[in-house]
Amino acid sequence: MNELLERDKRKKGTNISEVNVGEKIKKDSLEVNDNSPVTKQPWQALKQFTAARIGLGRAGISVPTEHLLAFQLNHAQAQDAVHEPLNVSVLLNDIETKLNAIGLPKASLVIRSQVTDRMHYLQRPDLGRRLDDQSVDELKKHQAPKDNPYDLAIVLVDGLSSLAIQKNAPPLIKLLLQRLAQQPLITPGNAICHLAPLVVVQQGRVAVGDEVAQCLNAKSVLVMVGERPGLSSPDSLGMYLTWAPKVGLTDESRNCISNIRPAGLEYTQALNKLWYLLSESHQRKLSGVNLKESAKEQTGMDLLKSSKTIRNFLIS
Amino acid sequence: MNTESVNKSKYRYVLGTHTYIFADLKEVMAKATPARSGDRLAGVAADSAQERVVAQMVLADIPLKTFLNELLIPYEEDEVSRLIIDSHDASAFLTISHLTVGDFRNWLLSDLATPQVLAEVRSCITPEMAAAVSKIMRNQDLIMVAKKCHVTTAFRNTIGLPGHLSTRLQPNHPTDDVTGIAASLLDGLLHGNGDAVIGINPATDNVDQAIHLMKLMDEVIQKYQIPTQSCVLTHVTNTLEAIEKGAPVDLVFQSIAGTQGTNASFGFDLKVLEEAQQAAVSLNRGTVGDNVMYFETGQGSALSAGAHHGVDQQTCEARAYGVARQFKPLLVNTVVGFIGPEYLFDGKEIIRAGLEDHFCGKLLGLPMGCDVCYTNHADADQNDMDNLLTLLGVAGCTFIMGIPGSDDIMLNYQTTSFHDALYARRVLNLQAAPEFDQWLKAMKIFKDINGFVLHDGVPNAFSNSLENILQGSHHE
Repeated sequence: MNELLERDKRKKGTNISEVNVGEKIKKDSLEVNDNSPVTKQPWQALKQFTAARIGLGRAGISVPTEHLLAFQLNHAQAQDAVHEPLNVSVLLNDIETKLNAIGLPKASLVIRSQVTDRMHYLQRPDLGRRLDDQSVDELKKHQAPKDNPYDLAIVLVDGLSSLAIQKNAPPLIKLLLQRLAQQPLITPGNAICHLAPLVVVQQGRVAVGDEVAQCLNAKSVLVMVGERPGLSSPDSLGMYLTWAPKVGLTDESRNCISNIRPAGLEYTQALNKLWYLLSESHQRKLSGVNLKESAKEQTGMDLLKSSKTIRNFLIS
Repeated sequence: MNTESVNKSKYRYVLGTHTYIFADLKEVMAKATPARSGDRLAGVAADSAQERVVAQMVLADIPLKTFLNELLIPYEEDEVSRLIIDSHDASAFLTISHLTVGDFRNWLLSDLATPQVLAEVRSCITPEMAAAVSKIMRNQDLIMVAKKCHVTTAFRNTIGLPGHLSTRLQPNHPTDDVTGIAASLLDGLLHGNGDAVIGINPATDNVDQAIHLMKLMDEVIQKYQIPTQSCVLTHVTNTLEAIEKGAPVDLVFQSIAGTQGTNASFGFDLKVLEEAQQAAVSLNRGTVGDNVMYFETGQGSALSAGAHHGVDQQTCEARAYGVARQFKPLLVNTVVGFIGPEYLFDGKEIIRAGLEDHFCGKLLGLPMGCDVCYTNHADADQNDMDNLLTLLGVAGCTFIMGIPGSDDIMLNYQTTSFHDALYARRVLNLQAAPEFDQWLKAMKIFKDINGFVLHDGVPNAFSNSLENILQGSHHE
């Protein structure tokens, strides 16, 4: 099998690395490549423009071995990411190390949803949105006074990829707290300085953050959650911001920043978006669809929109 | 339902010393449904394997007429129920009105039910009747009968002829990058995919972006004179707005479901669909037909929206087909494994659901395709997809998805690849839509179109474009 792979790779190396790709294509047009069982596809050079699995070549009309196995490996990684439990002690240690470096409070609570195990988790999203009794009791010990609620609760939830939290949450929290320390005044008269203890929820879904914030008495909640792993993104983290969180809210009450990971939306970009949402949300005292709409009205721009426009080469 | 009325229920079965009593038709239907996680999540599934079969036995004895009198979701409360009852064809029903659900299975499998007869009775079969009979059918029954249901639709080509399998080319990109989309589009065309539709799920979902993508696809279709149609899978109201702004809209997309409440959560009602259909037909962009709607469905959406009325997810799904057929769609796609393991847990449940959906859709007269797919948190893999793809190919499925290497880098799930479509065509001898087939031949994409053999290299029509972009990138 290894030999096969090696042979495939060597062939690939000789086929398309010519300097003048254009000429190569013309010459190859409609001609048989060679006697190899794998037919290379000259447009594989378009891979530089997209992560899509294009130009894989073909064995007959089937996917060549090299690409078949690459796919299987990515699927295996994605499945492992779903089933690998969150290593809480390593996570807290990572966060503590980073937070010590910037001298901020490091109190943290580890709690869990009503789900018993991963199989249960996958089939009962409703239970993943609710805390078990012990967790509720634990949180209530840290509840803010009625007249002095926390400004923000930061909640880490394993979700569908513990890997996403394990890898991306510590650096993101560090960046966020650093920025909060440097620029505590988000809007005139509305400082976000009263932070709830950091909460880690095991076997949780996004909405579990609502119950956490309600128990702690927080004005807003930021949930960092492991997103459903894509084939090439087992470590993708999502951030959800909710103003006035309480049990029973749905997705339209939240603002989401998705696909945060080094190979996706980078930390600093994600933080810039979050910063905008945090300041708007605290100023307008709302979140979700209403925040998105009011921001659109004010700025004339679709919040969080990003797209670049290039000419379509197929009509060139 | 109180204990007294349960005790009076006519839906009962004595097995040995145990009397099984089902409160109503809805409960019989739900408990008769082959096991799946969504019905367990909803709390409507059978409590044991034995109870499930008993429910199937009770269901088999229920006359088809009952479904016209005992509505699972009340007429007054739900416009989908009203649509189903008001559009029922009583005269066609005479052919099958004497049958029970169990007889109906026998009749469908029998040689009495020829393709022509099945086409004649489809307007009198309600979604609930289709769902009911599917629950007592094995996978091979679902395949056998679906294959006899011929449904043909048309826009710029003819979809659904027997012996054909079409593909939706799905060139999604996580940032809607034009070059990224065009690269996947080219990859698909050069693998002979795209006759059902070239359809993009936009990453940024608003009217301007939808128009931008519509123009992109329209330019490609026009430049290469491809006998196919395009669609941006954005909300129906966005497409309506795009039509008003003069955008080149071929097909109108909408995700639909089988209850009014679910559709309301999707942000539309039947009136909006009617308006959209009329607007798109008035553009007169089809050359061989005027089927302008593209619907997507999937078991579990009603439960997910909290609007299932205690009805099992497969019956809710069949009711979505009742909605679809009102608007004469070009394509209906059950996105079977996308919703996740809380609705369909593993490969076995996904495969069963795919076959049920295809059967029910076809029986009701829809051009039924299937997004043969799974997510990474479901207990499923490519082998399960190969199984379902092959089974659906045998069943005469109208179309499947085609995507580079099975990996949708925007929606983060796996569906069938361009290669998979060619596999199904070759092993089952299934052609693309005839007009598209001619184009593939003329463009020299296939060397031997009947043997499903591709040309090596890049056809001349595309080589200049490819050369331009690759040389351009070298100069940068």
